[in-house]
Amino acid sequence: MKVSIEVNGRPVAGEVPDRTLLVHFLRDTAGLTGTNVGCDTTSCGACTVLLDGESVKSCTVLAAQAAGHAVTTVEGLEGSDGTLHPVQEAFREQHGLQCGFCTPGMIMAAVSLLADNPKPTRDEVRAGLEGNLCRCTGYHNIVSAVIDASGQEVDR
Amino acid sequence: MIPAEFRYTRASTVDEALDLLATHGDEAKVLAGGHSLLPLMKLRLAAPEYVVDIGPVGELRYVRIEGDEVAIGALSRYRDLALDPVLLKHAPLLAEVSGSVGDRQVRHRGTIGGSLAHADPAADLPAAVLASDATLVARGPDGERRIPAAEFFLGPFTTPLDPAELLTEVRVPRQTGAGWAFEKFTRRAIDWAMVGVTVTGGRVGLVNMGGVPLRATATEQALAAGASIEEAAALAAEGTNPPDEPHATAEYRRHLARVLTRRALTRADARRSG
Repeated sequence: MKVSIEVNGRPVAGEVPDRTLLVHFLRDTAGLTGTNVGCDTTSCGACTVLLDGESVKSCTVLAAQAAGHAVTTVEGLEGSDGTLHPVQEAFREQHGLQCGFCTPGMIMAAVSLLADNPKPTRDEVRAGLEGNLCRCTGYHNIVSAVIDASGQEVDR
Repeated sequence: MIPAEFRYTRASTVDEALDLLATHGDEAKVLAGGHSLLPLMKLRLAAPEYVVDIGPVGELRYVRIEGDEVAIGALSRYRDLALDPVLLKHAPLLAEVSGSVGDRQVRHRGTIGGSLAHADPAADLPAAVLASDATLVARGPDGERRIPAAEFFLGPFTTPLDPAELLTEVRVPRQTGAGWAFEKFTRRAIDWAMVGVTVTGGRVGLVNMGGVPLRATATEQALAAGASIEEAAALAAEGTNPPDEPHATAEYRRHLARVLTRRALTRADARRSG
């Protein structure tokens, strides 16, 4: 079937099998490989993207379900001049990653969380990111990064 | 991991969905938010020939007061329900349960109707509508029918819905002053409940204590007869048949049911008004 999705502000169209998952459309049709496939079972959140501004796990959405909607991937966050998004900048500043595999999903989940709750507490960040697993960091610096991105003082 | 091949169809109205279901019948599955169906399809535990995507059916996305009841459109997402001011005021148990299903990403997609029609005994919403004395509304080729929640869950993943029927609405009696609470125990935050307990208006619904959501009738009767919360909660596992698994034995689940019931009743009691 023909699927057309607005990805990071530009239309991407492709002829794909009906069973195509959004994450594969993004990686294979749109050529945006920043969105990772982790667990493939709606658990780990590595494939998190924004669908109409809200975080979703793109391994559990059909490309067809997203047709006609707007998707933002990690590639769509930086400014046109290459400036990092505040959440990206904070992850770098606070070293909110080790291997980096979970990071794109973690960042997209954090962007969605901050849209709902611009000044979260550390506990609220932890609860808000419960759909994203990181096997390296122990989460501490990830939480610090989200606090930093929210413009609050990072209290370790 | 991708689903087996299927034909994707999309409905924009309830009538279109019913037409598609009438045409494809047994070969079709309804796709709402997809957070129960798509994981099963990816594991090839479900392999429908047709998928009827009702995502665009906007007419099924609402929460409104109708007389003594709150009417909830079946396509309302967990996120919408968790934040809905009408629900928070008039059926707060459903708002609280909706706000703790899965994780944020899941709550951005999953719908109340999808969860109920899927009828997973480990899901939170079925026990919540059971404790709420809700009525489920389905539409099919022969019109509309109303099914009490107590008659809706026939077995694991089994409901009285006909393949040509669509669950369209959940109707919940408006709560008046009664306390409510939801407690669940999970291994990880995003997991299904090992056991969950829903309380509203003196009724207690149990998650994952059998093949269907159950009422803790012994606990309810003890409360009605004036027993203390401690005494009533000790009876929460009576008449249940919880799954016996290596990571959670049936006996452990019975223990959880008693503890979580005590916690839920205590919290509900503190929230009582008038």
